[in-house]
Amino acid sequence: MSTGFDTGTFSPDPGAGSRGRMLAVHTRTETLLALRHSEQLLLTLVIPLALLIGLTLLQGLVELPEPRVNAALGTVLALAMMSTGFTSQAIALGFDRRYGLMRRLAATAIPRWLVVTGRLGGMAAVVVIQVVVLGGVALALGWRPDAGSLGWALLLVVLGAGAFGACGLLLGGSVRADLVLVIANVVWFVLLFVGGIVVPADQLPGALGSLVMLLPSGALAEGLRDVLLGGTPGLGHVVVLLVWGVVAGLVAGRTLKWD
Amino acid sequence: MSAEPAVEVHDLVVRYSTTTAVDGLDLELRHGRVLALLGPNGAGKTTTVEVCEGFRSRTAGAVRVLGQDPAGAPESLRARIGVMPQGGGAYPMVRVREMLDLVAACSAHPLDTGWLIETLGLESCAKLPYKRLSGGQQQRLSLACAIVGRPELVFLDEPTSSLDPQGRHLVWDLVRALRTDGVAVLLTTHFMQEAEALADDVVIVDHGRVVAAGSPEELTTSGAEDTMRFRAPPGMDLTLLEGVLPEGYLSKEGPPGHYTVSGRIDPQVLAAVTAWCARQGVLADDVRVGRRSLEDVFLDLTGRELRS
Repeated sequence: MSTGFDTGTFSPDPGAGSRGRMLAVHTRTETLLALRHSEQLLLTLVIPLALLIGLTLLQGLVELPEPRVNAALGTVLALAMMSTGFTSQAIALGFDRRYGLMRRLAATAIPRWLVVTGRLGGMAAVVVIQVVVLGGVALALGWRPDAGSLGWALLLVVLGAGAFGACGLLLGGSVRADLVLVIANVVWFVLLFVGGIVVPADQLPGALGSLVMLLPSGALAEGLRDVLLGGTPGLGHVVVLLVWGVVAGLVAGRTLKWD
Repeated sequence: MSAEPAVEVHDLVVRYSTTTAVDGLDLELRHGRVLALLGPNGAGKTTTVEVCEGFRSRTAGAVRVLGQDPAGAPESLRARIGVMPQGGGAYPMVRVREMLDLVAACSAHPLDTGWLIETLGLESCAKLPYKRLSGGQQQRLSLACAIVGRPELVFLDEPTSSLDPQGRHLVWDLVRALRTDGVAVLLTTHFMQEAEALADDVVIVDHGRVVAAGSPEELTTSGAEDTMRFRAPPGMDLTLLEGVLPEGYLSKEGPPGHYTVSGRIDPQVLAAVTAWCARQGVLADDVRVGRRSLEDVFLDLTGRELRS
């Protein structure tokens, strides 16, 4: 019987591709997918943008120290990191698992650490876009950064993205996709309002104020507002973010399900 | 190509907490051959394949895949095999071409992805997100991902279960071409026709054990009785027919007018039956001499009750 395929078409010639190319293509795919998802874009870019403008221009909304735009930028950068690192990442991973992606990748020569690196790379690309867009709009609203506060802010952004990213991988890699969707959105909503992001910790009632400083949301938002208003970040904020990142990362590495 | 088999499984046992999925299974697949693992649902086919791919750990037994122990799916092995899992295998929002490019990037010398997309009839949906593809399109993409890296050995777990007849024949042609080019193929299937059409070796499993193994030819001829079927007016007296046949042949009328003679059907027996019909003044119509099909063998071995 004629097969319609030339002899030798499928002659074996196996071997692993170069690590660099795997990482590049995987990161590119992750970035494309993150940008294609319109709900995720809403979550990661449009909501922080609206909040930045609202908090800066509407005086009565939340009590913020002057210059308002500096404090508002800290707030929305923290929100953006939570959206990208935690909520989007967790939901994407949950559904990728449901659709058998991890199984597919596990069957190729791609090393597992590279799968995680590629995901973080895609996340980093979104973070860069968020920082550029939010920073640009803040400049237009009158933000005048100095080199010192800018450096501290970028360090906190990286630590915050890492801490939220690790928590996102932990959630998305361990439970059913539909459950991930619910938990990730509820946590986002709760932390936004009573996690120290929109409402500063010192305006929260009672013990809640000191409690949220131990959460990545509170630590990141307070730390960013401090440095953007000209201060230095409290060591406590940095430690809180590091501990969340490392602990959640380690647990995620152990619990991440490949199917 | 080495003389060592591509896959060698000896006395494989896989136990889950309460059940034994595979219970002392042996199989051997040589380079450039196609082995079909045939069995009812829950027979242990997928478990066996997953052990060979390195995704599932075994309780006992020896397994060598391309000369290596597959346990833990070492990278050195994954680079040499192609895997088509049962269902799924992509980002829900990824486009066909992006997914195939990603998998191709994991290989040193991949096939041309554009050509593969065209060959597998995926051009028309190359820009659709994965979750919008039909079951058959998803399955064809999964097959493309399995072979794009030019593997030496391919595992296909029910490769045609969601395909239409055209798609099925395309996949069959492709498996034949893989075999011609020296790729070893281990496939699982429910379709007897598929095993008969493609496999050099068939291993029938049930309850985690091998119940029969051999070439399709060996399985369908060994110990099997031939049958001769024909149609004629209903109500013929078959005791007269058995009188003209050698000892040990049986004849019966199934549905009215449908007659079956069973025993070893050679040219003499065939002639005797048609001559007898002629003497009755009847034309034996729709005469068919049938050996057992693989399906008959399968059902005889694994029973006819439905599996959950």
